[in-house]
Amino acid sequence: MADLRQFKLPDVGEGLTEGEILSWLVAVGDTVTVNQPLCEVETAKAAVELPSPFAGTVTELLFEPGTTVDVGAPIITIDVGAGGGAAEPAGSGLIGETNANGRTAVLVGYGPRSTEAKRRPRRGQPAETAAARATAPQVLPEADYGSGSERPPLLATAPDATVKPVRHGGLEAGRAAEAHAAAAAAAPAPATSSTPGRGALRPLAKPPVRKYAKDLGVDLTTVTGTGPGGVITRADVDAVLGAPAERTHARETAGGFARESTAGDTRIPIKGVRKHTAAAMVASAFTAPHVTEFLTVDVTRTMKLRDRLAARPELAGVKVSPLLFVAKAVLLAAQRHPMVNSSWDEAAQEIVVHGAVNLGIAAATPRGLVVPNIKDAGRLSLAELAGALTELTATARAGKTPPADMTGGTITITNVGVFGVDTGTPILNPGESAILAFGAVRDMPWVHKGKVVPRKVTQLALSFDHRVIDGELGSRFLADVGALLHDPGTALAF
Amino acid sequence: MTALQQTTEVVDPVPGAGAPHLPGQPELVQLLTPEGERVEHPDYALDVSDDELRGLYRDLALVRRWDVEATALQRQGELGIWASLLGQEAAQVGAGRALAPDDMAFPTYREHGVAWTRGVDPLHVISLFRGVDQGGWDPVATHFNLYTVVIGAQTLHATGYAMGLQRDGAESATLAFLGDGATSQGEVNEAMIWAATFAAPVVFFCQNNQYAISVPIERQSRVPLYQRAAGFGFPGVRVDGNDVLAVLAVTRAALAAAREGSGPTFIEAFTYRMGAHTTSDDPTRYRLASELEEWKLRDPIARLKAHLSRAGIADADFFASVDAEGDELAARIRQGTVEMPDPAGTEIFDHVYAEQTPELARQREEFVAYHASFEGEGH
Repeated sequence: MADLRQFKLPDVGEGLTEGEILSWLVAVGDTVTVNQPLCEVETAKAAVELPSPFAGTVTELLFEPGTTVDVGAPIITIDVGAGGGAAEPAGSGLIGETNANGRTAVLVGYGPRSTEAKRRPRRGQPAETAAARATAPQVLPEADYGSGSERPPLLATAPDATVKPVRHGGLEAGRAAEAHAAAAAAAPAPATSSTPGRGALRPLAKPPVRKYAKDLGVDLTTVTGTGPGGVITRADVDAVLGAPAERTHARETAGGFARESTAGDTRIPIKGVRKHTAAAMVASAFTAPHVTEFLTVDVTRTMKLRDRLAARPELAGVKVSPLLFVAKAVLLAAQRHPMVNSSWDEAAQEIVVHGAVNLGIAAATPRGLVVPNIKDAGRLSLAELAGALTELTATARAGKTPPADMTGGTITITNVGVFGVDTGTPILNPGESAILAFGAVRDMPWVHKGKVVPRKVTQLALSFDHRVIDGELGSRFLADVGALLHDPGTALAF
Repeated sequence: MTALQQTTEVVDPVPGAGAPHLPGQPELVQLLTPEGERVEHPDYALDVSDDELRGLYRDLALVRRWDVEATALQRQGELGIWASLLGQEAAQVGAGRALAPDDMAFPTYREHGVAWTRGVDPLHVISLFRGVDQGGWDPVATHFNLYTVVIGAQTLHATGYAMGLQRDGAESATLAFLGDGATSQGEVNEAMIWAATFAAPVVFFCQNNQYAISVPIERQSRVPLYQRAAGFGFPGVRVDGNDVLAVLAVTRAALAAAREGSGPTFIEAFTYRMGAHTTSDDPTRYRLASELEEWKLRDPIARLKAHLSRAGIADADFFASVDAEGDELAARIRQGTVEMPDPAGTEIFDHVYAEQTPELARQREEFVAYHASFEGEGH
């Protein structure tokens, strides 16, 4: 007669709540003896083999390898009847077994937990719980503690690491062994290793690097470590950020990880453009030392010129916006100060002075902030530049900016004025050394020719990377942009 | 290469402090080689009968069987934790069998082998790891103190007890067990200073199993541990901790010296923890398989078995009977563990003081009344 027992996942390491079944060492139909290893389980502390508490025949494996199981959940059913030869002591009061008096024996402190509450009701309370307990389905007895055993549980043995035995560096050795185990685990079982779950070994990285990656939204399981023993370094994280287009794509296909909202808060998954923007801004803000300078400019003449030019046939059909004049002024000033149009190359320990200005325009789109750029904008006529700006913003707002248009920028303009604000302290687009914020153009009281009169006034804010650009250069560049907007005729002297 | 990487590759400046000392080095007392060959040592002669040799083998084999069963019981959820002694059987059995009946032993939490030699029932040790009690044996009757989990604290207890023996004029000694990691503890150093100052009859028996959980001994001491004794002003000796005969001989000599008033000795039993620190530990994270393999060749039981076989002291029947006895012991431990009754809740009040205090009596009454307010049986 079949006598089925179930083995519940024990807490093998002081206070664990779950474990992942790595592999089964027995199959349905196998005869097992007491203490014969049944499966390998990985917990937060260690991977261990679980020895059988029963002698008998395996009738059911309750979880697939790769499944994370709560402590206390039955994982295997073993028939200890007939063929099993179980020498079970009668009326033993085994753990989890319901005795004749209806009381369930429980283990003190540790071990498999019954999901059933262990508190007894206070006297004088309705007896329904006690009755329910008495009629509750018979909990499967949990253990056969017959004598006899073979194959004592094995020690966890280290993988056959081939690294040199540097005992002085026990930790390095351990890491190497771990890396070796990771490689070994990845090879034969792609099905489990491809899913970055609890079973996958945690990527190796020092705590500051973990935080760095977390701050930047970089998933360490996607990073290839180049440090000793495959440890992920800060540079490895930076390298991932260095390929923004690819990363954005990867983020999006990876999908969101929205959590349930609590108490009226709305939780928005950080992904896509938001995630990329955050990563880019953090990378920029904490890599390039930013300096921001401000300049208030009387742009009355430029606005008058704008009206005149808009009427010309060359500029028919394109938008002649204040931004166009700011862009032109930036291009002209950059020509005069080529160092502004440069990049800091940390790896090569070089400053790259770009031959062409790829002018980035920060664009607010329904999907978020994107910064497409106009390649070699300096070669364009005013009409071509106006056309390029119009097309660029239209494409961005339609969400159709190709990735190529978002990489390779050298200077960026952010037009905060369209939102009616005066100025800000812009953060550099990563890899660039200067960004100009262009504020709203307002009618303001202004001293003009010795008298206070209403004039069209705007504010410019230039942030630059102080590693590349000193205050003098930044100031001269900003002053030139301001001079061109104050008196467009100055362009003739440039 | 960065400066940091360079520093980790600096060659150990103290010769001998790094690599494991192989048996056979002059400083290591050894009477039985890893191959099971009996050798002599000029300072530590040992006269053992065949019966004693067979008895030592039985001790080693049964203690290991107990340990294996306890580890399995933990993996089956029957014990909260288990501190395995695998690999350290000879150090413990040798030291335990060197004790005279009136000598007092002060263990850590891993001295199952010593407990065995003092006649402590394995189930009384198991009950501690099952969370049923704090250790079920009578330390006075067995001359084996309760397990001390606080690292190194028992060295102070042993020294104080030894000073008491000294003042009683008793011809007994104490044996303080400690691990390599404990030598970094302040208490251990304090105990050694007091022991040296008062020439207390205490022997410090350090099982250097190479790791303080995950920290290798090289990170804790720039000199071999036994050499530290010189700094305290008493002899230090390194013994092959996997050689039960050498451990027996060295510990006997040290205890005899202590009883005679010659003061303390520090014994470094050079051994290896073959298993994890406890069942909660994963040693593969900090040590290499090759190291484990190397130490397997120095197994304490295999070498004694080889010696007994080769010298014709024991035959296959003897070994089979010990194995059978081990299985019986394991079955008894298994059944006794799962059937172990929970202690009465009131027991906690019974062993606080020799005489009950009014305060405790009142708390006990409240406790009993509270439990009586529940339905059903149990506690």
